[in-house]
Amino acid sequence: MSANVNHSLPLEYQTEQNRLNILGFWIFLGAEIVLFATLFAVYGVLGHRYAGGPTPSDIFKLNDVLIETLLLLTSSFTCGLAVFFMRQRDMKKLLVWFIITLLLGAGFLFMEIREFIHYVHEGATMQTSAFLSSFFVLLGTHGAHVTFGIIWAVMLIIQLLQRGLTPMTARKMFIISLYWHFLDVVWIFIFTFVYLKGMVG
Amino acid sequence: MGIKWNEIFVGGDPLLVGSQIAIVLTVVAIVVGLTYFKKWGWLWREWLTTVDHKKIGIMYILSGVLMFFRGGMDGLLMKAQTARPEMNFLDAQHYNEIFTTHGVIMILFMAMPFLIGLMNVVVPLQIGARDVAFPQLNALSFWLFFSGAMLFNISFVVGGSPDAGWTSYFPLAGKEFSPGIGNNYYAIALQIAGLGTLMTGINFIVTILKMRAPGMTLMKMPMFTWTTLITSIIIVAAFPIFTVALALMTFDRLYGTHFFTLSSGGSDMLWANLFWLWGHPEVYIVILPAFGIFSEVIATFSRKTLYGYTSMVISIVGIAFLSMIVWVHHFYTMDAGPAVNSFFSITTMLIAVPTGVKIFNWLFTMRKGRIQFTTAMLWALAFVPNFVIGGVTGVMLAMAAADYQYHNTLFLVAHFHYVLIPGVVFAVFAGLYYWWPKMFGFMLNEKLGKYHFWLFTIGFNVTFMPMFFLGLKGAVRRAYTYSAESGFAPLFLVSAIGSIILAIGFAVFCYNIYWSFRYAKRDVSHDPWDARTLEWMTASPVQFYNFAVVPEVKQLDAFWHMKKRGETLTLKESDIKKIHMPSNSGLPFYMAVVFGITGFFLVFEAHIAAAVAAIGIVIGLIIRSFDYNDGYYVSVDEIKQTERTWRTVEGGTENHVG
Repeated sequence: MSANVNHSLPLEYQTEQNRLNILGFWIFLGAEIVLFATLFAVYGVLGHRYAGGPTPSDIFKLNDVLIETLLLLTSSFTCGLAVFFMRQRDMKKLLVWFIITLLLGAGFLFMEIREFIHYVHEGATMQTSAFLSSFFVLLGTHGAHVTFGIIWAVMLIIQLLQRGLTPMTARKMFIISLYWHFLDVVWIFIFTFVYLKGMVG
Repeated sequence: MGIKWNEIFVGGDPLLVGSQIAIVLTVVAIVVGLTYFKKWGWLWREWLTTVDHKKIGIMYILSGVLMFFRGGMDGLLMKAQTARPEMNFLDAQHYNEIFTTHGVIMILFMAMPFLIGLMNVVVPLQIGARDVAFPQLNALSFWLFFSGAMLFNISFVVGGSPDAGWTSYFPLAGKEFSPGIGNNYYAIALQIAGLGTLMTGINFIVTILKMRAPGMTLMKMPMFTWTTLITSIIIVAAFPIFTVALALMTFDRLYGTHFFTLSSGGSDMLWANLFWLWGHPEVYIVILPAFGIFSEVIATFSRKTLYGYTSMVISIVGIAFLSMIVWVHHFYTMDAGPAVNSFFSITTMLIAVPTGVKIFNWLFTMRKGRIQFTTAMLWALAFVPNFVIGGVTGVMLAMAAADYQYHNTLFLVAHFHYVLIPGVVFAVFAGLYYWWPKMFGFMLNEKLGKYHFWLFTIGFNVTFMPMFFLGLKGAVRRAYTYSAESGFAPLFLVSAIGSIILAIGFAVFCYNIYWSFRYAKRDVSHDPWDARTLEWMTASPVQFYNFAVVPEVKQLDAFWHMKKRGETLTLKESDIKKIHMPSNSGLPFYMAVVFGITGFFLVFEAHIAAAVAAIGIVIGLIIRSFDYNDGYYVSVDEIKQTERTWRTVEGGTENHVG
């Protein structure tokens, strides 16, 4: 709690409160894993119940999905670069790479929303069948997380500009990077278990 | 779909109209009282904005008492309705609503806040910490819980109560068969409260792992802290499942999706699985802290170290693990097949092993102990035999084949009341009598406490013992009435009389609180029970910064050994350093209000209004993100002055000890 700063550690780990916050966030990610695992399980149960509606191979647009995947995976890499430059105390490069991360994330969201609109126009809404209900809620939860992450990151950029790199802003940056990588990992599972599996059969 | 204003207020039934009038009068009385005594500022500064774990704990406990009253009233109404055959006191619909809210309120809004309240008050003190890891998050947890509880509670006068049982099984709970808004309350109020609980879990894991006093290794932690840690882990593992289940329920009810519907490929059994994947661990979320409380109380009043400490720890970890793989025993009769039923039958019965270990450990702790029959200890003593009845009938139910006979009868209802009431409620009472002086600086009256104890335990047995026999004779649960020819009447009547004794016991408890607030002696010692753990090293009531100097721990029951070694309570002045404290914040309260408003509009399916209110949530999060308030320091002088009021500070002139 008190500011007994340990300078031998990276900036984000220097105060005790920061160490508590980072551990707390890891545990929160544990809860998020359970949350997404449950949604995957629901998709696993309902994912083949088409109820006479469209099937995955009827509607999925693999090109769009590949672009989404590319954007999100790249954003995870650029986010890593941002944290790398944070460790170097290079504010400018940190911001550049972090903003690129956000733009990639926004590009992902744009593509995903376009994809959803396309499905709805084809008559594949979340009211159509249990498959589509579970599809839209699983993907939508991930997309909502990305949206939330972007808003959060914009707030953090303002704070970085206002305050520079302090243990507190560094901790916030580190935590959001954990969050961002986590969303990437979830996407890999979505890509595999929803899209690839859906296209194969 | 917009709000239909004429549907909002439920009317007609004299019971409901009476409640509405009572609610309005109470609110008016509170507002007038606060204004007349000029207490608004005090309420805001001392309570609504507090981040002090002890005050948050007290607010949780107060909510628990209120919700116990509400849930208990529901119980009494049910007992009144079934006291005689073919009664017309409540109609079928009203009875459905009442057993639904009774279940939800007793588990989620009575047991949970009582236990989380005690955890909040006690755990940081037991581990020698100044607060929890995230004090403001802790306040947010409380206010979200409170917001959810209030939203759920207004359902019975505003718009209609949920009526599909506390399990809210589909398809019954879906839009098709429950078209009203009652079950929207269930989905949304529980979601808001659940968010708070999840954050509590995270908060306590970090607190216990990272903020223990120097020297306190995991295996030197007091048992209540251990059970809190394991409970918090189960919370983090189980609550997100409920979050998802409730969200999917909300989607089904509000947006016409097909997760649990019978049409378009939905699966009603998916709800049953998700619900109990959370719901079964939830049983252990409420029972494990209770085990911790009994461990503390039994060790203290037997004047012995807890017997088999290591096996206690192993058994709670084992119970936590097993709790996650038994959920199907809640629906053996739903045709999962013999292999699945056998697996869950065996894992369920396995839970009896670690639980038995704990029971024997408590008994061995008492063996050759110098037992003091305080009220707290009486609850612990009564717990053992009553809980064993619940446990043995649990093993009877655990046999899948036999369960086809007991399923959905009052035998089951009696079983879980025999587990949850001795397990949780007795523990909460034991904990309250035990830690009351720590919270308030005076004791609850022991004599009134003993009346409370005897009335409550006798009333409990008279109420629920007949239900075992009713169940075996075939009386089903959730039925609002029965015929005279069934022959159930005498046992139902006995049960109803028992519930009145039970209620009188609770009333004595409330009177005890009132009496003690007015008349109890105030000069209670910091260690009135001659206890064993660190919380008794601090003043009663505890000074806001908990410990002037963080204690150093050498073994289990640290404080007991300090007393044995003759380490007095004298502080060296030079050891006192300024203490960092978190600042109060109105943000958690604000968040709860906007969550409550958003939830309310969602319940009424007013989506645009809900979206507008949700902007308030985002604004709150942004304000929090820009909040760099790092707290403040308590000066050495202030600490010295505070400490001198109750103990010796070297170099001090005053000399008040004990």
